[in-house]
Amino acid sequence: MKKILAVLLAAALAASALCACAAKGKSGTVSTNGSTSMEKVIGALQEQFMSDNPGVKVTYDATGSGTGIEAVMNGTCDIGLASRKLKDTETGLTATTIALDGIAIIVNADNSLGDISLDQIASAFTGETKNWKDLGGDDLEISCIGRESGSGTRDGFESITGTADKCVLAQELTSTGAVIEAVKNSKNAIGYASLSAAQGQAGIKILTVGGVECSEATVLDGTYAIQRPFNLVTKDGGKLSDAAQAFFDFATSKAAAALITNAGAVPTAK
Amino acid sequence: MKDTGMAKRLARDRARRGLLYFCAGLTCCILLTMIGEILYRGLGSLTWKLVSTQSSYLRNTIGILPNILNTLYIIFVALVIALPVGVGAAVYLTEYAASKRLVRVIEFATETLTGIPSILFGLVGMLVFLQLLGLQEGILAGGLTLVVMILPTIIRTTQESLKTVPDAWREGALALGAGKWRVVRTVVLPNAMDGILTGCILAAGRIVGESAALLFTAGFGFVLNDFAGSLQSSSATLTVALYVYASERGETGVAFAIACLLLLLTLLLNLAADRAAKKFKNREAPVCRKS
Amino acid sequence: MRKRKAALEQLMRMVFLLCGIVSVAFVLLISVYLIIAGLPAIREIGLWKFLFGTKWAPTFSEPAYGILPFILTSIYGTAGAALLGVPLGVLTAVFLAKAAPPRAASLLHTAVELLAGIPSVVYGLVGMILLVPAIQRLFGLSSGACLLAAILVLAVMILPSIVSVSENALRAVPEEYEQASLALGATGTETWFRVSLPAAKSGVAASIVLGLGRAIGEAMAIIMVSGNVANMPGLFRSVRFLTTAVASEMSYAAVGSLQRQALFSIGLVLFLFIMLLNAFLNLVIKKGGGRR
Repeated sequence: MKKILAVLLAAALAASALCACAAKGKSGTVSTNGSTSMEKVIGALQEQFMSDNPGVKVTYDATGSGTGIEAVMNGTCDIGLASRKLKDTETGLTATTIALDGIAIIVNADNSLGDISLDQIASAFTGETKNWKDLGGDDLEISCIGRESGSGTRDGFESITGTADKCVLAQELTSTGAVIEAVKNSKNAIGYASLSAAQGQAGIKILTVGGVECSEATVLDGTYAIQRPFNLVTKDGGKLSDAAQAFFDFATSKAAAALITNAGAVPTAK
Repeated sequence: MKDTGMAKRLARDRARRGLLYFCAGLTCCILLTMIGEILYRGLGSLTWKLVSTQSSYLRNTIGILPNILNTLYIIFVALVIALPVGVGAAVYLTEYAASKRLVRVIEFATETLTGIPSILFGLVGMLVFLQLLGLQEGILAGGLTLVVMILPTIIRTTQESLKTVPDAWREGALALGAGKWRVVRTVVLPNAMDGILTGCILAAGRIVGESAALLFTAGFGFVLNDFAGSLQSSSATLTVALYVYASERGETGVAFAIACLLLLLTLLLNLAADRAAKKFKNREAPVCRKS
Repeated sequence: MRKRKAALEQLMRMVFLLCGIVSVAFVLLISVYLIIAGLPAIREIGLWKFLFGTKWAPTFSEPAYGILPFILTSIYGTAGAALLGVPLGVLTAVFLAKAAPPRAASLLHTAVELLAGIPSVVYGLVGMILLVPAIQRLFGLSSGACLLAAILVLAVMILPSIVSVSENALRAVPEEYEQASLALGATGTETWFRVSLPAAKSGVAASIVLGLGRAIGEAMAIIMVSGNVANMPGLFRSVRFLTTAVASEMSYAAVGSLQRQALFSIGLVLFLFIMLLNAFLNLVIKKGGGRR
């Protein structure tokens, strides 16, 4: 009796091993690291890819664009994620844009303002304008919420509004979601966050900049000025593993476009 | 003069009592507010779906099963390593130690470990386990960091329970010709089991509540993993998940649901520790292991 | 046979000795690592500029690495938490140990134990949702995330430690002391405040040390309520503590950069602070109360 059981067990194990081999296709781990703004986009791509390729595990560490670039340079991750262009000092890397993302200027839903100009944004964030009434709003002190220094969102915001090194922030938070939360909880607040994260959130209002609404269409045709690319960063001269290459190809393909749009960014795949 | 001021003294006595009641009442209020808020905001979101699935971007749902599993995995890893070492250290301190000075040094070191804040453990854990030893962010690195943190708890409670084993029992065994290790193995340890168990439960309680030490060692990953996979894969425990959902994703309902879960776990662990402590205080006859 | 037994005994003795010195090894490891990791940045930035510089801006085009804001914030925060938490905690302990009817005492005792076990992130969460908006409304600020919020959260966090350890110390006061005092005509509270408390001095002091240690080392609870901007501390300003400075920038400071090394140096400073605090307080306790 015992012997029969043992043989059956061994056969079952062997069969399952064979089946597993047959069903696998690709296997391995793909590690991505970087921008917190790309969370929704990468999350959707990761989930779809993992359900299409059950043997592969894709991990995402939301550490900020700066760290992501560093990680791919050091080889501690396969694909770096940066929500900004590469700097001149970041050599030996290739950035492949998979989407464009608008940086929405958000205020609390109870704020009476609806539109703001680039100059007004700059003066609010540098502390020149201290009260909402100077911008046409209510008599409340302006509270600027921004991101940490390694953030791609901050980098994009500051370079386009010309406020690099000059921002006076009431709070410095480490993710796009945290900024949205903080603005939701404070009537005086103004902040900047990725459009893909800010869309559809209750409790905040996305301002129009110079009369231009922040939407996928205006980001795509460039009329909305405050935008930046979502980049997949890879090391020059290095070869990605099969699984990582497959994920890369998937993310840059047209098949991913619908997922990217759902996540709120503007796909750039041709 | 003083003794005829009885009325004044009684009045002051009443005033001081009032102050005491006020303080206790204030503490009570703070407690009730905290627990009340957590239950009020969290129970509604604590659904079966939340605790039994993982988060999905495609379906736009949130699930904390991976985090629950990660917490259990890390308790296991940390205890499996810390128990032998901690019990061993306590045994050395109470049974074997020859030089009083060495005992004092070890006890001083253990005391020092309790005072170090968890963020520093996380920092050093990252330096040693991730950078020096080359491990990946995951349950293994996180568990090893926690080992250093809970070691003092285990050493202390084991020491206390070892001290309650009457010397007479040890001497009896030694008189029968047993070597020290044999005495420890067959007489001392079996009778100290309850205390060691209490130490385990206390340590588990500490692990459940830990977050700062795990941020950079166990990571923020929300992917569902089996035990082997989680060891070297970025895995967020319940506390880290609470932090992320609350401050970065703005899902305060989910965060409070996790808080409810943590509250429940803490309550259960406290009750278990109390029960185990009572059992070990009421021990009567010695338990002797057959060699 | 006897030789094998003896060899086994020796072996186990070695094993246990190794286990014993593990704690010492860990403490040394931690100290050594923090020093190795923390010194380079201090050397490059300059000790004086690092400790007493008032501007922390590691990523500006002209970086500044002064951590005085963090040091002062940690000191003020801990002091504020102690100011609020210690009196409340000790008086509650007196209530629990002496004045409370037994059923209420045991109920409150269980509740305090539960509070002690609650993870720090949960305190941060409740603070973020309840305290921060309340402070904002009460004081008409533009953002409620400030030093005051952190102090309140810390005070609530150290309350359970102070209450339970002080309560134990008070209960351990020999009844004869109190009975003698009452026999001499003192009232209840006079006895508790003038006899029991002084007799329990070392236990109460130990509870304060425990509470202070917890307050200065706390990171997660206050990161959610204090605003995290590297300002010089002000009660209603957004501030960063030594602990939250490490926690908030570590995940994105580039490996090998001066910024990251400066964060390790902050860790080293925090470590030294705590060692000094413990040493100082232990000295004060030994001098003042005398060990039992």
